[in-house]
Amino acid sequence: MSSQNETQEYVGFDTITQQMERKFLKRGFNLNVILVGESGMGKSTLINSIFASHLVDSMGRRTAQEVIRKTTEITPVTQTLEEKGVHVRLTIIDTPGYGDQCNNEGCWVPVIKYIKDQHAAYLESELKPQRARVINDTRVHACLYFLNPGSRGLRPLDVEVLKRLTEVTNVIPVIAKSDSMTLEERTTFKRHVKEEMAFHRIVVYPYASEDDNDEDRMLNSSIKELVPFAVVGSEEVIDVDGTPVRGRRHGWGVINIFDEAHSDFVHLRNFLLRTHLSDLIEVTAQRHYEQFRTSQLRQIKEIRAQQAAAAAAAGGSMPGHQIQQSASQQMPTGPLPQQPMAQV
Amino acid sequence: MKSTSGNAGGVQKKKMNGYVGFSNYPNQVHRRSVKRGFSFTLMIVGESGIGKSTLINTLFDNKIFPDHEESPPSAEPVKGVDITSMSADIQESGVKLRLTVVDTPGFGDSINNEDAWQPILENIESRFDAYLAQENRVNRSKISDNRIDSVIYFIKPTGHCLRAIDIEFMKRLHTKVNLIPIIAKADTLTARELELFKAKILADINYHGIQIFKPVSDEFDDSETVTDNREILSKIPFAVVGSEKYVDREDGTSVRGRRYPWGIIEVENEQHNDFIKLRQMLLRTHMEELKDTTDMVLYENYRTQKLLSMGHVQDNNVFREFNPLVQLEEERRAHEAKMQKMEAEMSAVFQQKVQEKESKLKQSEEELYARHKEMKTVLEKQRSELDDKKKRAEASARPITPMEHHSAAPTTKSKKKNIFSGF
Repeated sequence: MSSQNETQEYVGFDTITQQMERKFLKRGFNLNVILVGESGMGKSTLINSIFASHLVDSMGRRTAQEVIRKTTEITPVTQTLEEKGVHVRLTIIDTPGYGDQCNNEGCWVPVIKYIKDQHAAYLESELKPQRARVINDTRVHACLYFLNPGSRGLRPLDVEVLKRLTEVTNVIPVIAKSDSMTLEERTTFKRHVKEEMAFHRIVVYPYASEDDNDEDRMLNSSIKELVPFAVVGSEEVIDVDGTPVRGRRHGWGVINIFDEAHSDFVHLRNFLLRTHLSDLIEVTAQRHYEQFRTSQLRQIKEIRAQQAAAAAAAGGSMPGHQIQQSASQQMPTGPLPQQPMAQV
Repeated sequence: MKSTSGNAGGVQKKKMNGYVGFSNYPNQVHRRSVKRGFSFTLMIVGESGIGKSTLINTLFDNKIFPDHEESPPSAEPVKGVDITSMSADIQESGVKLRLTVVDTPGFGDSINNEDAWQPILENIESRFDAYLAQENRVNRSKISDNRIDSVIYFIKPTGHCLRAIDIEFMKRLHTKVNLIPIIAKADTLTARELELFKAKILADINYHGIQIFKPVSDEFDDSETVTDNREILSKIPFAVVGSEKYVDREDGTSVRGRRYPWGIIEVENEQHNDFIKLRQMLLRTHMEELKDTTDMVLYENYRTQKLLSMGHVQDNNVFREFNPLVQLEEERRAHEAKMQKMEAEMSAVFQQKVQEKESKLKQSEEELYARHKEMKTVLEKQRSELDDKKKRAEASARPITPMEHHSAAPTTKSKKKNIFSGF
């Protein structure tokens, strides 16, 4: 019911954006990205290409003597990058061992657990009576899920894992080694993947929301067209007619990863970093974290109610317990119950 | 021909003075085989979408496998491994080939692929069993050979070492089939990446003791074959690209290949991939060796294991050398020994019988003697009784009537007679 009035004089509250920018420059921000895919899909190369620096080493098996990992390991690596005065604490979480065994039942469990643990850690910090001014945000903001080029669409493992991942984080499906697919094959593959995601009700990022204006909607729909992103990554700079180009040299041609005709790399990078970066962080906080928080607190309340009922049934009102009951209106402190982890 | 005429083992090497003509024998074999036609059974293993059907269609320049039909998404995930086979009769320059390709859809596609190799191994062994059963038939004129001559295993182009499923599969099958691992979708890798990848794969294969099919040259091969074999060996495992479609190159020619925004990869260009080498080894030079190894080595090993496990015992006498003179001598000796043995046996039997008879006679003699003694005692007793009676009779009645005396006497007489006449 507020009416918009254009001010006659210049007041100056539009400088808030610059004030925020300055604050941001001072504080910097956290960005946490998890990479989920079998070994040899091109995870490390892609993330190193996106951030144009060697952030992570490939965890693939390099010699015959190396033992094949029996479980999925979670290996977070944090680095600070700086661009035009803006600092980002970038954490890349690799998942070596995922999908690499003969029997891959449950290989997603450590991944889901890690993501939920970060939400839990944040919740714990929030619930402390004395909170830090800025809580260190380790929540996973984006999950790059690597699909297998050539399969007719989603594999059974992909379906199982995507269903679970999309419930806890923003999932962005990519095909990293798409230089084995002709343009025609890519289109067919993307169509199959979209059909199967619709069938299995898998919802990937970006999500539609009511605050979107026309511009947002157009951008989102163009992004959705491209999903899954068919990209080619490279850390190597090769010489193409005198110009240095980041790409791959084959006997039959040279791939330039920044060429939009060759791959969706530029679109992915812009989407990730230039247009939707803050949205990713916000959506993580507002949607996934809130969901987690609600379910957690509801569970705690239930447990307390059960305990109270049990104590009352046992007979005798204990003063300490009564205090506890009234205090249940405030949020409890201490370690949170681990039950939610079981429902993976 | 060598001119030495040594007597090693009794076989002499002779030199010929003119052309006889038995060197034409291989041609006769060739003509007969061409008339009969050949069969070749190939199995392809790899996860779905890796390019199996395309490669087969490319290798034989024939649409052996039709295009995969588009199926709508379903809630049912693929379960287990299927074994399907396609046969085609193809002909080239008058040579007929019955080609059978066995596909294994579903391999490696499930979440749990621990036992994905099992149905495949069972299929291979059941083909061996079928052949074994046919060999043991009474009428063996028509034996159909369904044994797998080679398995082409498709490796994903990851660039890292082999995956768990690759190692598991190859370890389970390498002693039962000719294993030919290939790198699928080779257009993903640059030349340098490919070099490193091949080295890693070979290292992994050696580390796990996996035997793969390799062309080997022996002393009978000419230098050209030796070089060819060495070249083929240097490219193993082959990195291949398949395509059924023809694309136009810049110079206007049409070749089988794949068109990318950055260029065209040609299937039959040796600079681009190893397809030519694979085709050469599989079809042009080593098809016979693959079939031979399957028959002489892999099948025989399987057969031996199977028969031993069923309880057969090896009789090594069949391996001794056959020499007719020695054989006759042996036979004569054996015969003589046999006769002697029979003689000894018979005399032993004779002795035994004689002894038996003797003891029998002795026994009856003794019996009779005992009887005689017995009878004698009885007779004595009777005599003494009679004497007693006589004495009493004489004592009691002095005036004996002549009739009584007379009647008494003949009875004793007849009695006496009776007793002694019996003897």
